[in-house]
Amino acid sequence: MSASLEKGVNALKEQVDSTVASFFSSCVHCGMCSEACLFYTETGSPTSTPINKTEPLRRIWKSEYTLLGRIGKMFGLTAKVDDALLAEWETVVYDNCTLCGRCSMVCPMGIDIALLIRKTREGMAAAGHAPEDLIGATRRAVTIGSPMGVKLPALMAQIKHVEKDTGMTIPLDVVGAEYMLLLSSMEIMNFPEFIEATAKIFDKAGVSWTISTEAFEATNSGIQIGVADIAAELVQRIVDAAEKLQVKTVISPECGHAYMAIRWDGPNLVGKPFSFKVRHILEVLDEFRQDGRLKITGKETQRLTYHDPCQISRRGGVIEQPRNLINMFSDNFVEMPDHGKMNWCCGAGGGVSSNERADEVRLKVFQRKKDQLDAIKPDAIISACSNCRIHLEDGLEEYNMDIPLLSLTETLAEHLAD
Amino acid sequence: MSEIEFLNWVRGQGFQIAVIIFIAGVIIRLAEILLLGRKANLAEAKGSEMSSGLRTIITRSVPDKSTFQRSTFTVVAGYIFHIGLFVTIFLFAPHILMFKDVIGFGWPSLPTPVVDALAVVTIIALLAVLTHRMRDTVLKFLTTKEDILVWMLTILPLITGYMAFHRIGMTAPTLLAIHILSVELLLVIFPFTKLMHAFTFVLSRWYNGAISGYRGVES
Repeated sequence: MSASLEKGVNALKEQVDSTVASFFSSCVHCGMCSEACLFYTETGSPTSTPINKTEPLRRIWKSEYTLLGRIGKMFGLTAKVDDALLAEWETVVYDNCTLCGRCSMVCPMGIDIALLIRKTREGMAAAGHAPEDLIGATRRAVTIGSPMGVKLPALMAQIKHVEKDTGMTIPLDVVGAEYMLLLSSMEIMNFPEFIEATAKIFDKAGVSWTISTEAFEATNSGIQIGVADIAAELVQRIVDAAEKLQVKTVISPECGHAYMAIRWDGPNLVGKPFSFKVRHILEVLDEFRQDGRLKITGKETQRLTYHDPCQISRRGGVIEQPRNLINMFSDNFVEMPDHGKMNWCCGAGGGVSSNERADEVRLKVFQRKKDQLDAIKPDAIISACSNCRIHLEDGLEEYNMDIPLLSLTETLAEHLAD
Repeated sequence: MSEIEFLNWVRGQGFQIAVIIFIAGVIIRLAEILLLGRKANLAEAKGSEMSSGLRTIITRSVPDKSTFQRSTFTVVAGYIFHIGLFVTIFLFAPHILMFKDVIGFGWPSLPTPVVDALAVVTIIALLAVLTHRMRDTVLKFLTTKEDILVWMLTILPLITGYMAFHRIGMTAPTLLAIHILSVELLLVIFPFTKLMHAFTFVLSRWYNGAISGYRGVES
């Protein structure tokens, strides 16, 4: 066994716990998960059946953690994990899965298939079978601090712009602020309007907030590629900054996996509970709404719909808040079929958008989103994840659909009463 | 071995061996799952693991509308053969007598003609399930030798039971002996195959509900 394969096998072994064992023990090969996955429904490729994506992890569970599998292993009868298998599964696990978790909602046995695929990635990455682009993004995240290579000067330049445009001061490194805002590289580079919108809302709401110049990046490539050590290191940077600034709440921005990384995986990655709260920006805004801190003027009359980012809604639990907020400024809000926790993924989460090799398939599976949109024909789509937003724009262009994409936070800011 | 000796063996020693393997096997399998344990979740909870887990054990029996539309055959055929198996195994008067003999108590049965008819329906459903498995692209892709073995050993007691009840082809003692033997085969492979889902579905659904419920989502 090569050294890298051994690392991969060991990483897979570390993933096996009672949840994994009960999940694999329960699969009856009914195939229903395939119908929950846009990478199957839109391609018809059986290899994209969600449970099939977990094969490397299943083999490790079977051969190491079951009586029959261990006996079979002695006689060479239990299927093994080798480099050929991992090489073959690389595109299955990384290019054709966004970890959206829709399969986990549909499995009649209750198998959390997305969790198993996430765990499979740990072994794949350890054995060196991860996409080059994701390896590169992860390296940049560790060395530079951002998967897109965005450094502090880039953020400062954007902040300077915002300050010039608004006449407001963006609070940096303020000790004792109530909120510490994180940003995704995508927001810094492509949607600096998000910073402006947040600044306006927080100013109107009258709360203290800050951005840390030491830890402003919210995304976590370690989560996407599946390397827990790196994911933990990236989370730790945020923890250190939040503790240094003694903030009460860290805000995860409009980014799906960033929320998963810091809110749900974060404390488990660093091995201790946080001394601060973590909230998604939409949760914070909805709290402002409840407290009467948001004064809204004017209503959007155009037909608006909301695309639930998987890691924020289905996997994250922030489902009602965006609807509460949209209804503040919209008279004409319509839901797509299968919205909320059963929404279909845009097709580019979980590292797929950072992986150029998957460009063709991500645009192909966008057909699912197109069908959802065709059913309600909205005038504009609101989302709360920059990655969804970029990919939705890509997909709409590919399918010649002219529907503008809006950020929830930015649209809300436009409707703030003076 | 005469047919009576054969019947006595499958009813006596054979049955004991099968039941012991079944019970020990199930205990071993459940232990090897549960003893692995899992780490406590350190993230601030948004909902209860316990109540969400318990709820999902029940709610996952019914698919959401869009899933039902996409997997209608699997859901309907699945329901039919599971109910059919339950009724033929547990609500057939002679079986209840057998259970009473082994565990000391019984329960009311369904009228024999009803069970008889359901047995036929179940056999048809299982045949349909296999046909579907062989023709559907995804199912064909997923199917392993174990799936076929489990299917055969599940339908076999139904067929042998039907034959024994209607005395088809052989003498009554031989038919009964073959029927019991087929059940014993099923019991022996049970703990070591996907048939374990009959027990582990409770665990996996609970974990699913708990993981999701912790984040405030009903799954």
